[in-house]
Amino acid sequence: MADGATVDLSNVESLKPRPFGEGYKLIGRDFSTSDLVAKVTGRAKYAEDFRAEGMLFCRLVLSPMPHARVKRINAEKALAMPGVRAILTPSEVPGHADYVNDNGQTIKADKWGELALADEPMYQGEPILAVAAVDELTCAEAIEKIEIEMEPLPFATDPLESLRPNGPNARLDGNVWAPDPHSRDSTLTTLKWTKDDFAEYDQGRLPMGSAPEKWSYGDVDAGLKDAALILDETFLTPDVSHQCLEPRTTMAYWQNGKLFVYTGTQSTGQTVPAIARWMQMSEDKIVFVSEYTGGGFGSKITGAQTLVIPALLSKKLRAPVMMRISREEEHFIGRARPGIRGRVKIGFARDGRITALDMFLVSDAGSYGSSGDGGSCGSITSLLYQPPAMRWRNVTVATNTPPRSAQSAPGGMQAIAIMEPILSKAARKLGVDQVALRRVNCPEGKAEYGPANHKGERAHVTSCYLKQALDYGAEQFKWQQRAAQQPKRMGTKVRGVGAALSCFHGGSSGFDGLIVITPEGRVRIHTGIGNLGTEALIDVHRAAAEVLDVPWEAVDIVWGDTAKNLPYSCHSGGSQTIHAMTRAGHAVGLECRQRLQEVAAKALGGQPEEYEVANLHVVRKGGGAGLSFAQAAQKAIQLGGIYDGHEVNPDVNKVTKQAAIALAGQGLIATARDKYPHDGDSFSFLSCFAEVEVDVETGVYRIVDYLAYADVGTVIHPAALRGQVLGRSTLGIAHAIGQKWVIDPQYGATVAKRFYQNKPPTILDVPVDMQWGALNIPDPETPVGARGCGEPPVGGGCAAILNALSDALGDEIFQRAPVNADTILTSYEAGRPMQEALTAHI
Amino acid sequence: MAVIRDVMPAFDLLQPGSATEAQKLLEQYGADAWVMAGGLDSFDWLKDRIKKPKVLVDLSGVDELKGVHAQGDGVEIGAMTTLTEIANHPLIQKSYGVLAQAVELVASPQIRNQGTLGGNVSQDARCWYYRGGWPCYRAGGNICYADTPVGRNREHAIFGADRCVAVHPSDSAPALIALDAKFLIRTPQGERVVDAEDYFVGPETDITKLNILGSGDLLTAIRIPGTWAGAKFYFEKVRDRNVWDFPLMNVASAIRLSGNTIDQIRIAVNAVAPRPMRLKAVEDAVRGKPADADTGEMAGKIAIQGAVPLQFNAYKIPLMRNLVKRAIAPPEEAQWS
Repeated sequence: MADGATVDLSNVESLKPRPFGEGYKLIGRDFSTSDLVAKVTGRAKYAEDFRAEGMLFCRLVLSPMPHARVKRINAEKALAMPGVRAILTPSEVPGHADYVNDNGQTIKADKWGELALADEPMYQGEPILAVAAVDELTCAEAIEKIEIEMEPLPFATDPLESLRPNGPNARLDGNVWAPDPHSRDSTLTTLKWTKDDFAEYDQGRLPMGSAPEKWSYGDVDAGLKDAALILDETFLTPDVSHQCLEPRTTMAYWQNGKLFVYTGTQSTGQTVPAIARWMQMSEDKIVFVSEYTGGGFGSKITGAQTLVIPALLSKKLRAPVMMRISREEEHFIGRARPGIRGRVKIGFARDGRITALDMFLVSDAGSYGSSGDGGSCGSITSLLYQPPAMRWRNVTVATNTPPRSAQSAPGGMQAIAIMEPILSKAARKLGVDQVALRRVNCPEGKAEYGPANHKGERAHVTSCYLKQALDYGAEQFKWQQRAAQQPKRMGTKVRGVGAALSCFHGGSSGFDGLIVITPEGRVRIHTGIGNLGTEALIDVHRAAAEVLDVPWEAVDIVWGDTAKNLPYSCHSGGSQTIHAMTRAGHAVGLECRQRLQEVAAKALGGQPEEYEVANLHVVRKGGGAGLSFAQAAQKAIQLGGIYDGHEVNPDVNKVTKQAAIALAGQGLIATARDKYPHDGDSFSFLSCFAEVEVDVETGVYRIVDYLAYADVGTVIHPAALRGQVLGRSTLGIAHAIGQKWVIDPQYGATVAKRFYQNKPPTILDVPVDMQWGALNIPDPETPVGARGCGEPPVGGGCAAILNALSDALGDEIFQRAPVNADTILTSYEAGRPMQEALTAHI
Repeated sequence: MAVIRDVMPAFDLLQPGSATEAQKLLEQYGADAWVMAGGLDSFDWLKDRIKKPKVLVDLSGVDELKGVHAQGDGVEIGAMTTLTEIANHPLIQKSYGVLAQAVELVASPQIRNQGTLGGNVSQDARCWYYRGGWPCYRAGGNICYADTPVGRNREHAIFGADRCVAVHPSDSAPALIALDAKFLIRTPQGERVVDAEDYFVGPETDITKLNILGSGDLLTAIRIPGTWAGAKFYFEKVRDRNVWDFPLMNVASAIRLSGNTIDQIRIAVNAVAPRPMRLKAVEDAVRGKPADADTGEMAGKIAIQGAVPLQFNAYKIPLMRNLVKRAIAPPEEAQWS
């Protein structure tokens, strides 16, 4: 049964790891997902693999300037070329408009929002024009014949420079995003600090002028006054592009008044409303196909301008249009994590317990949107380190750099990268073991976080067993032995070990499930989840199969095409899928079981509760008459109404209702909405450990070992979880060891646009034998007990490496990430940080 | 006119079957021709639409340019021999290990399977401004974008700057200089043989290219004499990533010892200047000295004399000092329990 998520919360400390799969037939056991063979054999069709008769190609013209106004476009010569069919200009794309969200609320148009093509590009690389032709070579040759006259406008690539007196603004009407007092949105304002505010800049300390965003709780000043140790540290986290393996290629065509769009996103179902918003058209006129997605990491959550451009050109030309995106274009339009400049003052008691925390952030929002990373950075800090008093201030600055969006653990990654090196330094100064210092600050149980709301209440999590994850992780990593290991230096090599805490959101709720029991006796589960490589697309349905007690081989999953009638499902962002959709799966499993029992009772007599469901049959308890699933489905079709989709469970979303009605008559159709109560917010937690070996003559280091130990609730699919824990750790490690942006501030131009230049890590940059573990203690506020784990490891992966480096080399080496040979070599030689601490994009 | 940095331009593909035919085609088409070995450098230029040759002379079908052949007491390596073949070749591994080490650290296995020795030594600079199509000195313009107060020059030169501060990116070049290799070039005037270090040119000689190849010239082979066979070798490459990365710096040395005294030595570094640097001053200073840490320290200090850092590459000075030190007196291998 899938209802095994019970746990005694009266003594959290006594909880121990549980064997995976205990009490279940499917959950917690490894299996091969049904899409696996297609992926490894190349049969899987990504957007670029689709073709349509008469298909044209289009390519983009990108702005060469970081901020400019397009004054004149002359495409006469291009349009006269054989094979060139059309150009698309900014004047032809839908402008800013209000829209109505899923809850029926009207969302006002964002006048600062991004459009598909820009006549005032806000960053170098922003699309300003598209050309459609019979092939890409013709597109490219045509583009080179187009004359574009542009008027350069002032630009800013460094948020601190923009805050200086008389510093440049990224936009003509301002430079800083501030909360709008009349709504939950942000509004653009102009903010300049004084010269005195910048007094500490040259000492490598973040200036702290006025900040539009702030909250606090507790008595920070008193906490600092009582502290045995106060540290005041500045740290700069890197801007990092998502660099999904699959660029955001799109193919679009129109048929019978409907728009068909093929691309990879992090949600099949929820991309439709996004396309509708971008195109300003009705959702029921859109068919979206997204069978496979080559990674998203937050950059492909739903729709984007790459969907709109081929769709508009296709409409204009009455022909299918494909737009392939190059790696260079992907670098510009593919989104990135905002770098955050952070300064944190922390008071510690003698045992390492934090007495108070004062955090000041300057977040680089890039060219569009206000970015929530600074806010998330504050709340994650409050949760993960449980300061009894905390003040958070944030300045979100617009710059003329490529647009940012959520990237795995948005804000959380930066919080942990900023905080963890300070904790390590404190432990060394106080003579406290690194793990012990983290343990006394660890969240536990229904830990609270953030400031109090207007009712005076603080938010809290559903459950947290991070202390156990820290203890068992330290044991598996042999922390004590490694930390005590002497000598640390052998020849030119120095070793160091690092421990770090990590967490991020791990779930949402309120989505639907849809099951069809077919007349052939198959269990067909429809889903609107995106297939972005995490296997959550398939894994979550183990919950429904477990409830129905059916063999997995009898289950078929339908996904990837909204024409296939998919229910309302979460998008796979915020690590919510495993949590949200096992809840929905559990709910629809129970609903389906109930309907099967009712059908059996109607067919064979008696009451529904006298029947039980197991092994593809619904039979009278204790033996006797029964129906196979095939017979039950045939009976359901005969009964009609609620049993075969002609009537639909009134709880479900309109999307699910439409899907069920479209499927009506195909078998026994069950729909249900997740209505399970929970009063906390779902977060997942990890402890992370690393050992590094640094060559102090070259500054080169290698990661000797790495381990991450997860508190993610019930483990659904161990192999997939391993992939998430270690894969996302590697994403975090990338921030520590080298992935970066390089921007020339004089020209506002990106210069590192290739993998060999911006350096995402390779498989040889992490240990061959990375280790992991998981508590498998169920979350008490969700029926299967599972929480997500896509994002929570990222910050810990980064911070464990940074902490290991400072253990090896001392605290005076780096003030920003990534940390490479250049930084290590010069700082180690000088005995003090030799970086320009507040200079980014080098 | 608008710019697009994707889609290879159209050109005529010429695929000669012999070196003679290849050289004739290069001579015939002159500046309109682009010679391609493994294609790793060429395809970047072509797909970025920065280089638009009329004809592309593809050497992949010229079998006589491939292979490792013992020749006298030395060895001759065809310019089209893949880096993988060289890294795995028993004779190279046995007698010229510094070259095997160097080519094995180039890029990634896939690139080494395709990349050739001739291509590796003849590749163009990787300065991101230059490769991005910026109209710099090297590209025929009148500015160096990397050498400004805020220019991004972490990977650029500390020696040999002359308007351009790009570095030479080859890993095999310093190893070939250390081995005193000779480069065989077929020219319109006949065959020419040059010393390895003379194959490369700095911006003071010609700012638009990194080697001496002129119009109609074809590098056919690299000949390594037996002089240094089985010598004591050292090669080290420092890079940001453990695979698929150009050097931040590399060093190669070949040493003959009498006892522990350095009798003969050749040492070269790359990625510090627009051309690979043979360190003759170091060679002269350490000859006759013991191959120990003190000599290494002295060599390192000599090597960096005259280095001029840019805004973001000062680390290259201690790095070069330490790499040269190691190339004279390698550190004891640290053993961890």
